[in-house]
Parts: sequence; C-alpha cells; structure tokens
Amino acid sequence: MKYRFGDYQHVLRMAGIFALGTTAFFVFRAVMVPKDFGVYGHYRAGALKDNADRQIQYAGHAACVDCHSEIQQMRSGGKHAGIGCESCHGPLARHAAGQMSGAPEKPNNRDTCLRCHTARPSKPAGFPQIIPADHAREGACTACHPAHNPKV
Amino acid sequence: MKEDRRQFLKNAGKLLVLAGSAAVAWPYIREERAQDAPGYQTDAHWWGMVIDVDKCIGCGTCVRGCKAENDVLLTPQTSRTWVERYVVDPDDMDHPRVDSPNAAYDGFPDPGPQEKPLKTFYVPKLCNHCEHSPCVQVCPVGATFESPDGVVLVDKSYCLGCRYCIQACPYGCRYIDPRTETVDKCTLCYHRITKGLTTACCEVCPTGARALGDLKNPKDPIHKFLLENKVLVLKPQMATGSKTWYKGLDGAVR
Repeated sequence: MKYRFGDYQHVLRMAGIFALGTTAFFVFRAVMVPKDFGVYGHYRAGALKDNADRQIQYAGHAACVDCHSEIQQMRSGGKHAGIGCESCHGPLARHAAGQMSGAPEKPNNRDTCLRCHTARPSKPAGFPQIIPADHAREGACTACHPAHNPKV
Repeated sequence: MKEDRRQFLKNAGKLLVLAGSAAVAWPYIREERAQDAPGYQTDAHWWGMVIDVDKCIGCGTCVRGCKAENDVLLTPQTSRTWVERYVVDPDDMDHPRVDSPNAAYDGFPDPGPQEKPLKTFYVPKLCNHCEHSPCVQVCPVGATFESPDGVVLVDKSYCLGCRYCIQACPYGCRYIDPRTETVDKCTLCYHRITKGLTTACCEVCPTGARALGDLKNPKDPIHKFLLENKVLVLKPQMATGSKTWYKGLDGAVR
C-alpha cells in the first residue's frame, strides 16, 4: 500500500459533518433561547415582569384610610393604632377597588381577638394575654373592649 | 494645511469616542434595561427584611396573609413563610425542641404544663433573599435568579422541577408546588413592592415584628433599625449574604 497525499476525501466528509453539526447547534440554540435571556444575568428578563404581574389581594393600610378616615381617627393613640386594617378584616383589595358588591363580612369578634390574645408561654412577656376559660368563657370580646381602640 | 490636518484628526478622534460609547450604550437603550414596570426603577432598590423576634406572638397572621395574597396551597409543606416555636432547655441548649404545626397557619396550640422552666419563643421564617444565594448557584437552567433589586425569584415557565435548589437552600425556604410541579418560594411579594406597597406578611403583622426595607433608599427606617440594634442573620457561617436580619435571635435557632 502506497501512501498518497490525495486521499483526503474521508477528512472532508468528517469536516462537513462537523460543520453541519455546529451550524445545527447554533441554529437550534438561537431558536430555543428566548430573546431576553441574559439581559440582566443568567435568566429570562421577562420573568421579572411575570412575577410583578400578579393580582394584589391586600389593598394596604393607606387605601383603607383613604375612605375610612373616621375609623383611623378612632384608632389613633390606642393600643391597636399600629395594626393594619386587613390584619383582622382580611384581604380587601377588591373592596377597595370597588369591585365587590355590599359591605365585607365583619371579623368574628371572639376568634379574631383570641388568635393574638390567648395566653401562651412562648409569647413575649409584655404582650396582653388572657386565659379564655378564666377571663370570659363566651361572648363577644367587643362587649367590654372596643376593637378599634381597646381599653383594658 | 498643517492646522487643518490636526483639526481633522481631533474631530475624527471625538467622533470615534462618541460612536464607541453609542455602540456600547445601544443594546441597553434598546432593551430598556433600567425600566421594567412603569414608575419602578429595578436598579434603584435593594430589598431586605428585618424581624424583631421579641415582638412575634406566634398568631400566624403572616402565614394566612401570605397564602391569601399569593395563592399558596394550604398544606404545611407548601408555605412561603412560617413561624417556628422554640423550646430550649437551659441544660441542653444544643437540642432545642422546634415545632410549627400547619406552618402556624392556625397559630399555636397550648403546649401544656412543663415540669421545669424552659426558654421559649417564636421565630418567623421566610426566604432570606440572599445576595449570594446557594439555590441560584445550583439551578441548571437559569430558572431562579437574584433580581437587580435584590429579590430571589423563580421563572416558573423555565423551571424543570429538578429540586436541586430545594436541597441547596440552607433555610428550607423552597418547595414544589404540586399543581405545576415547579418550585415555589417567597417572592417578597414582588407584585406588591414594585407598586409601592409592603409585603402581605408585613401588612398584616399585628405587632410589627417584621418590616420590609429598601436598602438603597436612604430615608428607609431599615437603616436606623440596623444601626441601633444588634442583629444577626441565620447561619452566618454559610456566607449566603442573607438580607433578612433578626433582632433578638437566640443561639439555639437554626
């Protein structure tokens, strides 16, 4: 067998396949990777918008006070003044946006109070706590303690 | 003639510099990089949270608020925020008893009488929104990331559900949403904070035990809080760059 310099067909074939594979890879990559991938970092920039586009459920304290300023007046200076309205009243963004017919349901005036004020050893010592069985077995807490500005 | 050539070279140089900077800036201008939502500058904020352990009463209002705001399944395994009750025996500080029944969605039951005095307190937990998040580093597809405003988010349309990030998070803040089989976690209420509202958990917390803070806003009270209080992040030895600072954190807390 004599070596001949002209025998390079197999190399060309291999190079052709390699070039085709490389091209296919880059074409596939260009099609598959979203246009906004890598704008900020190794992720899709549109994901920021996806996360920001959710519906809001809690309107926020400022939105409540916009209309219910008299309640805010009642609360000021009291022990409950710093609590967000929706902490007890629940998520009311739809009510604040005027998309809810009728007045929202009022919170249960025993369970809602006891959620915070039932005595537990793990609570901070200064926090006002009661043992419901000793303090008041039943009835509305608000009969003695007005919820918006409670007196002890 | 000589003067003209000098002038020409000067002008050509100026033009070259201008064209160069324009070429560099053009992709940024085209992508509208700084502006993602109208009225919200992504790179003008750096979000974090401060938690005052001594104010937490374990009522679970934050857990209920979070689940209502973010449409989170009501199982304890799928919770973006939860509250842990620690019971520490002073004679065996290394082995605290920790529980979080139903992620504290309904508060905590009465632990019953104890045979000896024990140290006990509540610790609210959530994603720490680390600056160097281990969870982000392990994601094989770029489905989770630290946003330019310092929030660790998930791209649900990109997530494979491979669960690497769940194992990587040292704080146990991630879970699989069984509805989509993709990972889910606290977004720091990204849809709220980009519109000027605070997070749902901070909005409803009755004692002000947690507060959202923007570290790039010099007027934010978080700076005063971090200056005047002794604070600690969870697992500082892991160098995660956590942006959730706890005031009054006990050494028993993991």
